[in-house]
Amino acid sequence: MVLTNGSFDAHRPPRRELLDDCVHCGFCLPSCPTYAVGGEEMDSPRGRIYLMDLAERGEIPLDRTMAGHIDSCLGCLACVTACPSGVQYDLLLEATRPQLERHVPRTRRDRLVRRAVFAVFPYPARMRVAALFGVLYRRLGLRALTHRLGIVDRLPAELRAAEGLLPPVKVRSLFRRLPARVAAVGERRLRVALLEGCAQRVLFGDVNAATARVLAAEGCEVVVPEGQRCCGALNLHAGLEDDAAARARRLIDTFEKAEADVVVANVAGCGSSMKEYDRLLADDPAYAERAARFAASVRDVTELLAELEPRAPRHPIQAKVAYHDACHLANAQRIRRQPRDLLRAVPGIELTDIAEAELCCGSAGIYNLVQPVAAEELGRRKAANIEAAAPDVIATANAGCLLQVRRFLGRDIPLVHPIEILDASIRGVPLERARR
Amino acid sequence: MSWAAELTEVLGRENVITDPARLRTYECDGLTGYRVVPAMVVLPRSAAEVAAAVGVCARHGVPFVARGAGTGLSGGALPVADGIVISLQRLRRIVEVDPVNLRAVVEPGVTNLDISKAAAPYGLYYAPDPSSQQVCTIGGNVAENSGGAHCLKYGFTVNHVLAAEVVLADGTVTTLGGDSPQLPGYDLLGAFIGSEGTLGIVTQVTVRLLAKPAAVRTMVADFATVAGAGDAVTGIVAAGIVPAAIEMLDNLAIQAVAASTQSVYTLDTVAALVVELDGPPDDVAEQFEQVQEICRAHGCTKVLVAEDAEQRALIWTGRKAAFAAVGRISPDYFVQDGVVPRGRLAEVLGRIAAMADEAGVRVANVFHAGDGNLHPLVLYSEAAGEHDRAERLSTEIAELCVELGGSLSGEHGIGADKACSMPRMFGEDDLATMLRLRSAFDPGGLCNPGKVFPTPRLCGERPGRYRPHPLEEAGVIERL
Repeated sequence: MVLTNGSFDAHRPPRRELLDDCVHCGFCLPSCPTYAVGGEEMDSPRGRIYLMDLAERGEIPLDRTMAGHIDSCLGCLACVTACPSGVQYDLLLEATRPQLERHVPRTRRDRLVRRAVFAVFPYPARMRVAALFGVLYRRLGLRALTHRLGIVDRLPAELRAAEGLLPPVKVRSLFRRLPARVAAVGERRLRVALLEGCAQRVLFGDVNAATARVLAAEGCEVVVPEGQRCCGALNLHAGLEDDAAARARRLIDTFEKAEADVVVANVAGCGSSMKEYDRLLADDPAYAERAARFAASVRDVTELLAELEPRAPRHPIQAKVAYHDACHLANAQRIRRQPRDLLRAVPGIELTDIAEAELCCGSAGIYNLVQPVAAEELGRRKAANIEAAAPDVIATANAGCLLQVRRFLGRDIPLVHPIEILDASIRGVPLERARR
Repeated sequence: MSWAAELTEVLGRENVITDPARLRTYECDGLTGYRVVPAMVVLPRSAAEVAAAVGVCARHGVPFVARGAGTGLSGGALPVADGIVISLQRLRRIVEVDPVNLRAVVEPGVTNLDISKAAAPYGLYYAPDPSSQQVCTIGGNVAENSGGAHCLKYGFTVNHVLAAEVVLADGTVTTLGGDSPQLPGYDLLGAFIGSEGTLGIVTQVTVRLLAKPAAVRTMVADFATVAGAGDAVTGIVAAGIVPAAIEMLDNLAIQAVAASTQSVYTLDTVAALVVELDGPPDDVAEQFEQVQEICRAHGCTKVLVAEDAEQRALIWTGRKAAFAAVGRISPDYFVQDGVVPRGRLAEVLGRIAAMADEAGVRVANVFHAGDGNLHPLVLYSEAAGEHDRAERLSTEIAELCVELGGSLSGEHGIGADKACSMPRMFGEDDLATMLRLRSAFDPGGLCNPGKVFPTPRLCGERPGRYRPHPLEEAGVIERL
């Protein structure tokens, strides 16, 4: 028997046995954001797997049509959670995207947008410059002006999305740095190394500070390894496998020196990609074993805290909190219960459900920048569902979701990372003050 | 203008699909054993657009097939070559929930479960619950007269639809049924429900809503023999108890469920019954004890009583995901849907097991035992060349059900899958009568052709002397 990969090349094509797991039952359809928006079979998990299957058999080519339907996938993996047959769509998607990157040239516009995104986001220094522009843009009243003159409406959708996502940050917080080491309060239980993130450390320095404080209060010595670069999550999820692998190697080098028991992430997307390093570097003899060890040591901060018996007393916070599941936490890392349990353990907190909770908010890494139209519809839908629950506070454990949901909220509801609520509760200060 | 150009003009370019690769994703529904690539897929956004699309088809003689979520298990949404597929996935509005009159008006692309979700704030729900209820649409439910675990007590789709706005084969829009529960004249709505898309396309449905029962109790009873479980079912019904549901899973099905979800089923039991009772708390409590006694009397080895809503949900999640979960223990499968008289459950299961052994194919059973509605899953591997053998066994099982005094299909429909077996169940007169009804709605034969009724192309030309087609005998068509 001759083994062929049909239209795919021989470098890690989607595996036949994984494609065969799909029995075409359609249970994934209602969980798929793009299917919810358009209702087209090709933009559903079942349809995408069908296209991969046909390509693997060589019955359809790898072309713009196919790429369009794989590009339109947010990678939210809600379908993996919904699937009764255990189809590993995450693996199929990860195998298919690099193939399309290699074989299907992108349009000029798409190429430019992606190049710009990848030239800025993974680099905190450049990100800081971009954010600084954002602050000036707001401060000087340019935002109000461009909106009033209707200039924003005439921008290309991708730029309009970037403009809308700019969060209101303070210049001071843009330059906030975490100390290299935060000592554990009381007897040390663990030594943890914290990933600062790229956009995270620039736009959400407060969340990092709160993370370090809470971990320390719970008896963790927190180290923040010097010179840590991007984890490669954006590249990995966009099918840029080689770039992602290079970033993974460098991050492993950096973090191994910290000699920590646990590597902690507070961004769902980063955490999920670091947990995949073993798979990403499986073919690299110099790194395979180290990557496996590293991946096994990664925890989301809510996951780690749920494993530790609470030590620091919690002070009451009276608030109705809507917890929004970040896809890369709930689906990719299967962490749903832990952040909810942590929040429920704070006296006074009432957790409320959001309708269509399983539906992605449209952030999805760089999705809201490269697929702005679908992302906007999903963002509006999520914001409406959240507003209907009438919460005092919205909590979600991912930088991308925080930006995306904020953009579409009609009312000014505080949006926080769950760790900020915990931080405020442990310190016994009101949530608004803790975030200052 | 060609029909394709006309459809594109009527619906807009963004609402038609003609690209060959995209079309292929529509070539089958939940039954993947049959595949046909349509010439075009259209996605209308309103009933008016559905009517316009059908109108174009009628003028040009183009066959059309309506499609909901594509979860059907009898190939009912299998496309027709050179025909179009009309997807109703963009008609997903819940038009109205009317808690006073206990009804809801919804578009056909709304999922079965979303109706119950919309009714939940009023303490109401929509009763028929196909296992695929989270994804299957009400339009498809109407076409197939879908059932579900709780139809034992509450009846099928036909018992819960008050009215349907439909587009007929010539593009006319009309409403069947109405607000009053009883209408004079022929029950055309009744004829339409379960017609498998052969009489027209439903574009709006008015469904009946029920108040949620005051109490619900659920148990899983394990049995050491399939016959014991079958006899317990007969015993429960004979005792005058009408449970909300009685479901049976055999060992192979339980293994599949365990591989898929957090399973509450005993992994090594030969068979298990899920029994659910609902109604006034006192009645439920009393009958729940009775059912346990009956199970014990028939050799039940263990009873698990759901302690809370969460555990009950786990029991049902496992049961409802069972078909798809079978994907974990077999690459491909056929699902049958035959019905037998309840008293013959043990007998038919024994015969199916023997037939499976003989064919060298595994068969898993997970089904609505209370209704006698079997769902044997014939497991096979396409890659290993077992398709034909499995398909033959699958057909034999359906025909065995007829032989035992039952039916080819309980709720999945005849579709493309069982059309060739129809003459086993109905005489030529019966089929001719049905065809006359069909022709009254769709004289041109454009609505989902090739389904339900046997056709020579579908079933293979049988050699031998000329036999008149049932339609010819009925005087509907002539031989040229």
